[in-house]
Amino acid sequence: MFSSLTRLQRYYLYYTVCFLAFIGALAVLEQHGMPPRWIGYAFLFFTISMYAVIGIMSRTSDVSEYYVAGRRVPAFFNGMATGADWMSAASFIGLAGTLYLSGHQGLAFVIGWTGGFVLVALLLAPYLRRFGEYTIPDFLGARYGGNAIRVIAVAAAILASFVYVVAQIYGVGVITSRFVSLQFEIGVFVGLAGILVCSFLGGMKAVTWTQVAQYVILIIAYVTPVAILSWNVTGNPVPQLVYGQVLQEVGRLEDKLFNMPAEIEVRQLYRERADLYAEKIMQLPSSLNLEREQISTRINELKASDAQMKDIVALEKQRRELPHDPEQAKVRWENAMYSAVDRSQPPVRHAEAFPGETAEQQLPERINFLALIFCLTIGTAALPHVLTRYYTTPTVSQARDSVFWSLLFILLLYITAPAYAVFAKYEVLSHLVEIPIAKLPSWVAAWTKIGLVSIEDINRDGILQLAELALNPDVIVLATPEIAGMPYVVSGLVAAGGLAAALSTADGLLLTITSSLSHDIYYRIIRPDASTQFRLVISKSMLLVVAVLAATVAAQKPGTILSMVSWAFSIAGSAFFPALVLGIFWQRATRAGALAGMLVGMLLSIYYILRVEFDSIPWLGIKGIGMAPWFHVHSTSAGVFGVFAGFLTIIVVSLMTRADGEGGDFLQGIRRSGKDGGR
Amino acid sequence: MKARDLYWRKTRRLTLSLLVLWVFVTFVLNWFARELNHFQLFGFPLGFYLGAQGLLFIYLLIIWYYNHRMRKLDAEFGIEDQ
Repeated sequence: MFSSLTRLQRYYLYYTVCFLAFIGALAVLEQHGMPPRWIGYAFLFFTISMYAVIGIMSRTSDVSEYYVAGRRVPAFFNGMATGADWMSAASFIGLAGTLYLSGHQGLAFVIGWTGGFVLVALLLAPYLRRFGEYTIPDFLGARYGGNAIRVIAVAAAILASFVYVVAQIYGVGVITSRFVSLQFEIGVFVGLAGILVCSFLGGMKAVTWTQVAQYVILIIAYVTPVAILSWNVTGNPVPQLVYGQVLQEVGRLEDKLFNMPAEIEVRQLYRERADLYAEKIMQLPSSLNLEREQISTRINELKASDAQMKDIVALEKQRRELPHDPEQAKVRWENAMYSAVDRSQPPVRHAEAFPGETAEQQLPERINFLALIFCLTIGTAALPHVLTRYYTTPTVSQARDSVFWSLLFILLLYITAPAYAVFAKYEVLSHLVEIPIAKLPSWVAAWTKIGLVSIEDINRDGILQLAELALNPDVIVLATPEIAGMPYVVSGLVAAGGLAAALSTADGLLLTITSSLSHDIYYRIIRPDASTQFRLVISKSMLLVVAVLAATVAAQKPGTILSMVSWAFSIAGSAFFPALVLGIFWQRATRAGALAGMLVGMLLSIYYILRVEFDSIPWLGIKGIGMAPWFHVHSTSAGVFGVFAGFLTIIVVSLMTRADGEGGDFLQGIRRSGKDGGR
Repeated sequence: MKARDLYWRKTRRLTLSLLVLWVFVTFVLNWFARELNHFQLFGFPLGFYLGAQGLLFIYLLIIWYYNHRMRKLDAEFGIEDQ
């Protein structure tokens, strides 16, 4: 046992050294004039082929190896793999950006995503490991009995994982389109190929060992740019220790910038624009016709005079791009209005908790902060792709230790993210804002091109005001090396890290989806006599179908990474958490109760997300379903209602139905058992 | 049979007390983040520090303590695995 552990550690140590040497070599080559484009390619090629090599080396056709890596992964490495599995494109790319944009409010993500591991450790991991099967639906099926619960569990697992995996593949698209200049849609499919190499060949075994490799890359990539920034700004390379000072400096810059006359003027201009759009929306459909006529008359006037062709073409393009019908106009103008309203608001101070002038304004912020923490913690403790990781350790006590290691490895990134945000904000406030737009650095143009940065000189003074700059949260981490003027090799490294984060999570999720389909549906329900070989064939072909489907959805750019991920958390949390926890700790919970609770919780969350977030679903022909949020809670925290409803339903329905015999023996088994760990 | 019940009761009590601690630091402390921000720690406003670093270390400690106690409990009841 111990010797194999050290051998593994030695391998990964060699691997890390090798990776560092690779970065060093590229840095030297860049000094000698290697163009950035090739550095991007080198990172992409090197990392993906590393994953492929590990994937091929651990290929397997053994069922237990395929689903749970043979239950031989030591706690330390399982922690690392869980870290990579856990930290997705949302953590790597989205988190620091959200912290940048929303300051203290963004800390809800940091708290929620780490706090959830306490629940995993205390309430779930040891019991799941002691049960020792392959999937979460397996656990629920064994605890409550019957196929119905299995089917619902599979549906919930697939729904949550699918929303989540779409977000990952979207992240891959963003990275490849920026760093190797592939078209977004093509980048999505290139990333997909990378994902498939690992999960396709070796299932959980291959995924585990690639995830460990990916963790190493992603953590190096995450910490390096902040450490450099920290060294540049404060002379201390440990950002977590010193960014308190920088935060105070940011506060001083905010005092200075927020109330400058030009800033106030810009915000006023945006307010006027918002009012204009509001008026146009009120007067639909006549306002749309009016606008079209106005452009047409201008075109005719220009054609009559001898104006330049270029201006006419530009106007014609403008006319073509007008909304086709009042409905489309309403949607588009509302978006424009909301973004103008956003920009007209006085900016939020970074360190201020629950911003607002009065107690009434602070209350919704306070509620949402706690609601989001709640959903993310519960979701963390309910996402099947993470929970199945605790099936892969050799023993129960190693499963417990492995949660500790997971949190430790995750913590390394999460205590860096707030520092990242503060340093990035410091750079932007001190070096980007209030300088002439013509003199903006080149990264701004590069990111504007793919639509993640937008700059508009609304007051036409030729100078960039803070309110004129709109940054997509997904841009902060990827662009920080350029913002701070670091060599391109750092940008390449960050891209490789983001890719590792997105790919590792996507792998874990795809595997969860396909093992649910092949193991729980096909093997357990449809054909219990299926040969093991055939089960793996089914699993692999499912993998291909689901992956292509997810990539197709991702290519449509459905939303920001973070909001998609939060929905997945709310859905998973409300479907699984009550049924799992009550199943372990409350013997009286019955099958009917669990069934009802899972359905009610999950459906309530989905209902809330749909009605608060979307007013219409065009492809179903549904419209006018929007509603005001309950207690100011955003759709990302829909799980608050779902989880409570789930708990309540299980308790009430269980008490109303007769206790079934299934629970007793099962609980005796998982609450305490001998050495074998299984049932 | 009795030993089994005792083991489970002890596990449950440990779990519950750590869970209460978790709820307190996660939800009660954060509800008052605005008020806590009036204090400073390592140059950070206290509420901000807790969210950015402090709570995460507390979580790690909770898990470590739980594992430590459970290992002892397992040994006491002779069911430690490997």
